[in-house]
Amino acid sequence: MAQLTDLSVAAIRDGVASGEFTAVAVAEAFNAQVAEAQAALNAFIVTTPEHALAAAAAVDAERAAGKVLGKLAGVPIGMKDLFATKGVQTTAASHILEGFIPPYESTVSQKLWDAGAGMLGKLNLDQFAMGSSNETSYFGNVISPWRRIGKDGGGSDTAPLAPGGSSGGSAAAVAAHLCPAATGTDTGGSIRQPAAFTGISGIKPTYGRCSRWGIVAFASSLDQAGPMAHDVRDCAIMLEAMAGFDPKDSTSLDLPVPNWKATLSGDLKGKKIGIPREYRMDGMDADVAHSWDQGIAWLKDAGAEVIDISLPHTKYALPAYYIIAPAEASSNLARYDGVRYGLRALPEGAGLQDMYAATRAAGFGAEVKRRILIGTYVLSAGYYDAYYTQAQKVRTLIARDFEAAFELCDVILAPTAPSAAFALGEKSDDPLAMYLNDVFSVPASLAGLPAMSVPAGLDRQGLPLGLQVIGRPFDEQGVLNAGLAIEARAGFTARPERWW
Amino acid sequence: MSVDTATVARIAALARIKLSEGEVAAMVPELNGILAWVEQLAEVDVTGVEPMTAVIPNTLRLRADVVNADPLTGGDRRDAVLANAPAPQHGFFGVPKVIE
Repeated sequence: MAQLTDLSVAAIRDGVASGEFTAVAVAEAFNAQVAEAQAALNAFIVTTPEHALAAAAAVDAERAAGKVLGKLAGVPIGMKDLFATKGVQTTAASHILEGFIPPYESTVSQKLWDAGAGMLGKLNLDQFAMGSSNETSYFGNVISPWRRIGKDGGGSDTAPLAPGGSSGGSAAAVAAHLCPAATGTDTGGSIRQPAAFTGISGIKPTYGRCSRWGIVAFASSLDQAGPMAHDVRDCAIMLEAMAGFDPKDSTSLDLPVPNWKATLSGDLKGKKIGIPREYRMDGMDADVAHSWDQGIAWLKDAGAEVIDISLPHTKYALPAYYIIAPAEASSNLARYDGVRYGLRALPEGAGLQDMYAATRAAGFGAEVKRRILIGTYVLSAGYYDAYYTQAQKVRTLIARDFEAAFELCDVILAPTAPSAAFALGEKSDDPLAMYLNDVFSVPASLAGLPAMSVPAGLDRQGLPLGLQVIGRPFDEQGVLNAGLAIEARAGFTARPERWW
Repeated sequence: MSVDTATVARIAALARIKLSEGEVAAMVPELNGILAWVEQLAEVDVTGVEPMTAVIPNTLRLRADVVNADPLTGGDRRDAVLANAPAPQHGFFGVPKVIE
């Protein structure tokens, strides 16, 4: 039998249910992998082996008692450290929340525990989910388990690579088989881009599918939780457990959760796939262009008709996003004031206002400060209309572009990111160069659409590339189905050689 | 539009983030680089376009007007609320003296 840590979510759940192995054995196997990899990959901020074991023991006891098991019974997962977990430190990878122990559980994590999952630990991320490389965490960079092929064509180049961001810990942990699946959150691509960089799958559902209650807020009109796993089916299983109406989130969708896994089908006969011509940009990476062409051929092979579509405002999505997201962040992060929770910096003789300013100076990292300042500026008197209102109008136009396109096609196929993973430090000195990494993922975020990344193959450096499927609002099924059709044809079995 | 050191210092004060003179000076070209790039939005014709308010159409709900309808978000949880406070005092959040 394969090692327990090589199994999919579905295989673990089924194996536990059939009694092939116990949930405790699975938890122990993953706990060991997590412990062995932590020093090298830094994927977790805290590990919680006891949580994973307790959840597993409860599942084994339920099975022994003949009870009906949950959808994720016996599956240990990683939890992005943006989800509040009762009694377990929740930091958003920031200093300002270091030591914060939530007295409550986020809706999404509670749903996962209710489904029988256990927690291996809290996964590292970009600070407050702001970043595309996991280099802004207060708790250190996450290192991708992947390495480039050596320059002479043999061996491997040991330069540490970015796992992508902001869900970099989630991506690295799943890719390295430290957990079979993990939660992520996606504001402008934070599930899809790291999934693409590490050769795994991840889906951001329609805005409102997953409750935001108990998720540390970044940009509330964009933030959505979603699963990251090895394959499309596992993403469907996880998403079913995570999604659902929550009265505690005013933007939660009051819709039933479809049984996405049961109706998965890679047969795309009668479906139309749109290829947005504006995404084929000048100077596009040759390997990325090639993988996109391959994806088009695969979907044709699955029976779909491929058509050319236009999303005319594509080039304005990124600048609009980098006004809207910082504006919302500057408002959301006003709550970190050193009064109610988290860090307090109180210089000698400081008054209340000095305490606020000193606390926030000490508690936020450079990228977080940069975005709060941008957000404060674009919302300030005299600039609000020129920047913020203009960006929100452009956002309307971007959403209309998609509406018009979906008159003609069922799903859209595009690359996930403009390149494969880059090395740590390669873009961290230039905020704009880093922002451009989100060029293909941000438009769907601005329009609230479901979108997923699935692995398509390796580039000439031996690094994974992802393909992105974008669907109509509420049509996660269409997205998952097209993802499955790609997955079946890509035959992506590559995994990072273990060096950690 | 571009920002100078005085503007960055003013924004930082509005955002309640203490920045040293050196940090303000370093932030000026960074913010200007980002602002110059987002400036391209001005070229988009938005005549008659409403700004986005809700990306997925939804209606705001009202909950029943019942005290502690959801115990998780209701009252009577003072100790839990104060558990993470850096300086709780006598059942309240403690802050430096604010009387001038």
